[in-house]
Amino acid sequence: MPQRSADYCGLQFIAFIKGKVLSLTTFIIVSVIKIAIVLFILLTAVAYTVWLERKVVGHMQNRWGPTRVGPFGLLQPAADGIKFLFKEDLTPPHVYKPLYIAAPIIAVVCALTSIAVIPFGNWVPVPGGGSTPLQITDINIGLLVILGITSIGVYGVALSGWSSNSKYSLLGGLRASAQMVSYEIALGLSLVGVLILSGSFSLREIVAAQSGHFWGFIPNWNIFRGCQFIAFFIYLMAAYAETNRIPFDLPEAETELVAGYHTEYSAMKFAMFFMAEYANMITVACLASLLFLGGWHGPLFGPQILQAILPVFWFVLRVFVFLFIYIWVRGTLPRFRYDQLMAFGWKFLLPLSIANLVVTALVVALRA
Amino acid sequence: MLHLVLFTVFGLICVAGAINLLVQTHPINSALSLVVVMGSLAVEYLLLGAEFVAAVQVIVYAGAIMVLFVFVIMLLNAGAEERSKGSIVALMLGVPGMLVGSILTAWVLVKHSGTQPVALGALPGHPKDIAQLLFHDFLLPFEVTSILVLIAIMGAVVLASRPESIEKTKKEN
Amino acid sequence: MATSLNDMMQTVPQWSDYIRILPEIVLSLFGMAVMMLDAVMDESKSQKALGAVALIGAFGAIGATLYQAQYPFGYGFWEMVRVDAFSIFFHFIVAAVTAVVILASFEYMEVQRIRAGEYYGLILFGAVGMSLMSSAVELVLIFIALEISSIATYILAGFRRRSATSSESSLKYFLLGSFATAFFLYGVALMFGATGSTSIFAISRSLESGNISLLAYAGLAFMFVGLGFKVAAAPFHVWTPDVYEGAPSPVVAFMSTAPKAAVFAVLLRVIFEINSPVPTRMWLIWIVAALSMTIGNIAALVQNNVKRLLAYSSIAHAGYILVAFAALPSSGIPAAMFYTAAYAAMNVGAFAVISHFGGEGERYVTMEDYAGLGKRSPLLAVTLTIFLLSLIGIPATGGFFAKFYVFSAALQANLVGLVIIGVLNSAIGAYYYLRIIVAMYMHEPKQEAPVAPIPMGAGLALAISVVVTIYLGVIPGRVLNYAQQSVSELTPVGQVVSLQAPHAVEARMATNVKKALAH
Repeated sequence: MPQRSADYCGLQFIAFIKGKVLSLTTFIIVSVIKIAIVLFILLTAVAYTVWLERKVVGHMQNRWGPTRVGPFGLLQPAADGIKFLFKEDLTPPHVYKPLYIAAPIIAVVCALTSIAVIPFGNWVPVPGGGSTPLQITDINIGLLVILGITSIGVYGVALSGWSSNSKYSLLGGLRASAQMVSYEIALGLSLVGVLILSGSFSLREIVAAQSGHFWGFIPNWNIFRGCQFIAFFIYLMAAYAETNRIPFDLPEAETELVAGYHTEYSAMKFAMFFMAEYANMITVACLASLLFLGGWHGPLFGPQILQAILPVFWFVLRVFVFLFIYIWVRGTLPRFRYDQLMAFGWKFLLPLSIANLVVTALVVALRA
Repeated sequence: MLHLVLFTVFGLICVAGAINLLVQTHPINSALSLVVVMGSLAVEYLLLGAEFVAAVQVIVYAGAIMVLFVFVIMLLNAGAEERSKGSIVALMLGVPGMLVGSILTAWVLVKHSGTQPVALGALPGHPKDIAQLLFHDFLLPFEVTSILVLIAIMGAVVLASRPESIEKTKKEN
Repeated sequence: MATSLNDMMQTVPQWSDYIRILPEIVLSLFGMAVMMLDAVMDESKSQKALGAVALIGAFGAIGATLYQAQYPFGYGFWEMVRVDAFSIFFHFIVAAVTAVVILASFEYMEVQRIRAGEYYGLILFGAVGMSLMSSAVELVLIFIALEISSIATYILAGFRRRSATSSESSLKYFLLGSFATAFFLYGVALMFGATGSTSIFAISRSLESGNISLLAYAGLAFMFVGLGFKVAAAPFHVWTPDVYEGAPSPVVAFMSTAPKAAVFAVLLRVIFEINSPVPTRMWLIWIVAALSMTIGNIAALVQNNVKRLLAYSSIAHAGYILVAFAALPSSGIPAAMFYTAAYAAMNVGAFAVISHFGGEGERYVTMEDYAGLGKRSPLLAVTLTIFLLSLIGIPATGGFFAKFYVFSAALQANLVGLVIIGVLNSAIGAYYYLRIIVAMYMHEPKQEAPVAPIPMGAGLALAISVVVTIYLGVIPGRVLNYAQQSVSELTPVGQVVSLQAPHAVEARMATNVKKALAH
């Protein structure tokens, strides 16, 4: 009896992961292809976000940014990558080695994994029959998975700070973990309003709930229709803090902590933290687009092929705008003091997000 | 089959993590082993069809509580503990006792539980089912938990506060 | 039937649901009020006022319990709690003990310089957990209530912040207590695995249908171990002397009576409802009861510290109460309930004396300190003598009838061996209680321990304890009658009536399992 039920469970499990219509081999092939494509795009995007940042900040500060390598400095990321790969990988003698090596791996793995549940568009047909979502895996608790992986990512930062065995790193690591744990609460609570409105944890369903318009022209995005602009604001703030970006970049505040938790890291290990930071930025931007800004919804026109590509384009556009705001903020705002940062998180963002949650819940309950 | 294999593998990882937690001398290694235990438990929940519980397990235990553990260990800068010799009697009685106990429990669970195998997803695991249980059937325990948390906070405050506080205020007055 | 269906459909708690937990609500509200007042009031002046607020809360809980008794009995919160004569009996004990302990703490707090806000708050919140334990009929709720009561007492045990023994007591209690709670939880999990439910009635029905799996036995055994620890029954008693010795005396008065009463209530529900279809339970309880009585009494013989002595005596008394558990339900249940009530009265009283006499830092707790107390403070000596005589089981005190009912219940169930052990133990017990009395009246003190005049709060607490102890020893009929009412509520006869209500949770579980089996 138990044997049969285990087999049954196995089948169920496969059915659970493979979606609806694909056979197992097709499923594996399609998945591997999707993973490869997504990773490739993500890493490229990471590289070019760095380039974009240098360019935009440069222009804001009346400089040029990178110009030498390739036209407009477009090959600069490749040059940086090569440099990181071939630099000598120093391991200071005083570090606690197992964790010193594990920390950047944890950081980068968590950053790259969370992209797996993010949908980039609708279902597309697969050559060989069936269709597949533009997403590595569509699971019905996608949002929770992202939150879970993000919360694991804290370990990378905290452990790097501790295992480096140096005061700057330790301070940076402590600050980072305290900051991330604190802002995670406000971040999570700001998303609950959206969850109440859409009644699902599945990112695909949350996007589907935002299709159409109201009053003829205003799109049904959560930020408009659900009046979640306060939540969006909280999310924005908390996301900046979660990714340790200016104005919340205290963990690596150069003027006081050298480089914070990755002071003792060099070459590829340093690059891994770098990649993790930018990959997290992109995930956070994707999530904002999906949850608040209507995902891939936008005007569709033109021939069939254009209609298939347009949703992805709209989605990427939103992500781009979000990243641009990231950089813009970096070019504009000064850094918080640490007590201000904590007070802002616990005494302002958290109560605000709870208030937003209560009001949203009341409105939804009264409407029902 | 795949399911059973995964379940066994993560079960073993979980046990290995738990043993490592005890064997390690440095608190941070122990804490990280506990993270591994929590994570593999989450995978087990997932394999049992309780995906919501699995996600919550990761977010709450691995992501929040254990981070605070690690944070405190870092803050205290606790070093490796000294190994005491340990009592041989405890070792001689404890290990076989534990083995016998767990084998007995396993035997009872496998052979004499008197229950039928249940298919994946038959028991409530969907967020809506859990919400129904939590906010309706088990509403009272859920609400009462807030008192539990409250006294735990009070306890932390009491035990952490300085014993002289009353005298000091008396002097000030 | 129609109303019950309606009951199932209702999604919001009704007024009646709140009445079923009225004492708990009152206690929580006053607990929060104490904390709020502590924050606003001037610390040096607030001690008495906070005590008064807490006292009002405890009396409010007594009032709420009496109100519940007027209200029709029944379930609340979708069969999470059940208010009946049984739960009201224990609600009353818990609330009364809380009130008396708060009275006894009035002056103690100032003598020991303990911050009052958290202290009274924790006592009230702990009482919430204990009250809930006695009315809960769902293992999950019982577990949470048990945790509330335990955590509150762990912290209270460590309240004498200047004393190392107090910290030791708190930490030991916490570590071992958590271990025991884990046992209980594991038992609940196994029981859920065996029966598919955590509701006591559903479990009992599932077991009654025959085919009891070994898993259910294992679950029951684990739960028994966990609860046995909480009532300090041997062989799970080792924590008791150290914890009682280090903890503040009013706290010991509290935690040796109220949580114990609550845990005995849980044990009664678990053993007589879940376990009644299981005939082999006897030998387990038999052994634990005999062990507790013997170990407690023999170890108490050699104690010189009065607190430690009473700690061992409380182990022994847990054994006496457990004798009633091995008896038949019809006489065992009221006997156990009566014993709990009598023990609460006399033990709270005894520890109230100790906490007053101990002085600052609880310095005077050994047998030598008590020498000659009869001359220096006759009143204090007389009250302590009454409590000790009651603990021995001398007629005209509550302790006599308590032991009498327990042993006669055991005789009815043909447990002659256990009764002989019990009686022998009572004789041993008489020796060490009398030692204190002899010391108080016949020994000359080597060094006179100062005795402060009895202040009002402690005096009231002592007066109440004395009155109740003697009342139970002279007119035990009313209390016993009330306890007997609950027999029908706990035994299978009563269950047939109660089980006619459809079981919301269990019904859903059952359909789920059916669905699963259909696959």
